[in-house]
Amino acid sequence: MDHFLTLVAWGWAGAQALCYALLAPLLVGWIRKCKARLQNRRGAPVIQPWRDLIKLMGKEVRVAHTASILFRAAPYIVFVATWLAAATVPLAASTLPTAAMADIIVLVGLLALARFFLALAGMDVGTAFGGMGASREMLVSALAEPAMLMAVFTLAMSAHSTNLASVVDSQLAAGLVLRPSLLFALAALILVAVAETGRIPVDNPSTHLELTMIHEAMILEYSGRHLALMEWAAQIKLMLYGVLIANVFFPWGISQSLEPASMAIGLGAVVLKLAGLGILLAAAETVLAKMRLFRVPAFLNLALLLGLLGLLGYVILEVGA
Amino acid sequence: MSIIDLPLLQQLVLVLAALVLFTSFVLLEQSRLVAAIHAFAWQGALVAAVTTVVAASGQASHLYFSALLTLVLKAVLIPWMLHRLVHRLALDRHADTLRRPALVTMAGVALVIFSYWLVLPIVEQELSFTRNIVAVSLAVVLIGLLMMVSRQQAVAQVLGFMSMENGLFLSAVSSTAGMPLVVELGVAFDVLVAMILFGVFFFQIRESIDTLDVDRLNRLTESAEAGE
Repeated sequence: MDHFLTLVAWGWAGAQALCYALLAPLLVGWIRKCKARLQNRRGAPVIQPWRDLIKLMGKEVRVAHTASILFRAAPYIVFVATWLAAATVPLAASTLPTAAMADIIVLVGLLALARFFLALAGMDVGTAFGGMGASREMLVSALAEPAMLMAVFTLAMSAHSTNLASVVDSQLAAGLVLRPSLLFALAALILVAVAETGRIPVDNPSTHLELTMIHEAMILEYSGRHLALMEWAAQIKLMLYGVLIANVFFPWGISQSLEPASMAIGLGAVVLKLAGLGILLAAAETVLAKMRLFRVPAFLNLALLLGLLGLLGYVILEVGA
Repeated sequence: MSIIDLPLLQQLVLVLAALVLFTSFVLLEQSRLVAAIHAFAWQGALVAAVTTVVAASGQASHLYFSALLTLVLKAVLIPWMLHRLVHRLALDRHADTLRRPALVTMAGVALVIFSYWLVLPIVEQELSFTRNIVAVSLAVVLIGLLMMVSRQQAVAQVLGFMSMENGLFLSAVSSTAGMPLVVELGVAFDVLVAMILFGVFFFQIRESIDTLDVDRLNRLTESAEAGE
């Protein structure tokens, strides 16, 4: 019976990972649609990113003469690492074996692995843009990672666990508690997510202007299915951060059992939460302007400060007394 | 007594106190004077909100009056006066150059940890839930001091001074049920008079050295000596 249950649970975990891969392009399409509506345009349909991916999958792969084996392998490594990282974040249910297997530090590590290979692939061909993009990406991530870890440690301290599923469970069990530490951790995580997924104050996802691009500069040499995998990985990463923010800080509706009905409710709730976050992101991107690259350290310094204040707020205001 | 056992209103007090501390850091890091004045106004409003919620949760009705006084004075009147001063001194678009901003922030964080360590013996007495706000308010006072040390601009230094006063008021509200009304009125009047005096001083400083960069005050004597 136990064996059967774990088999079912692993089936659900696989379905959840598939959900990430299927929904991530739709989330990007939804954000683009909202942004277009805010700018008085009609915008492409929500499934447009899917059409782009399918079109790219069918195209021929062109590889530069100077490219090594690393250049060909990087898209697969980046995609698999990002997808694995996404599979550990509870989407519709918090009781799945994938969530029990890995904690937040593994999640950060997997994302770092993907970023490492992305930067290496950017430098591999030897073009100026690739190297520039890789160095910028490393600048941003070296500053974003401490801030992310501070926010994560704040969460872990208030939940007494670094496991995402137990963090979500303890949040649900506590009910409505106003915690200053969680407020700061949320703000820090939002800033980190904006920087890591290359959204507007840090990087502009819809431009190929050489002075400003970070992510686009690294994947400039890719074509065909390699490009499709890279873009798909970036979309999954965006969804991962969205789900992380939605489910850890607002965990209402997430399923705590493996009943199909409560799983369906959990999935519906998370889709609604992501749609809300997408509207917020589109509105923020419409209002804000992209900042200069040399302002990004100050931006991430703020994220680190928020994470530190969350940690200190927890120690001073919540444990004491 | 952890935060989960507290009633919702008292949790709100803790959240607001943490936000006051955050505005202190914003003040420390904000290079634009007008934006810094806005941050100071928000800090005043948050201190007034803390006072209101403490009044509501502790049934100390005279605190409502001091909350109103704080709101009018620190969130509206003083920021408005500073705004007018900055406008008359033509410093609307002035941006201070911060020296080593990351280091100053880390010093601020170190001050928070230091004040927590300092207040720890008081917190262990376990007298009331607002006791651990004393650490936060002490940190606000120390960060105001740090701001006065690290900035060269006279207006920014005055903002640091005023935010120190915010921290003192926060600690008074959180450790006791507020000061007697006579003392509070006296302090409010003092702050207002100080504000007016600062305004006069700004014009005096600018008339004599043509800038509000206080570091130049040292250089003036050096150049006078060199001229002799």
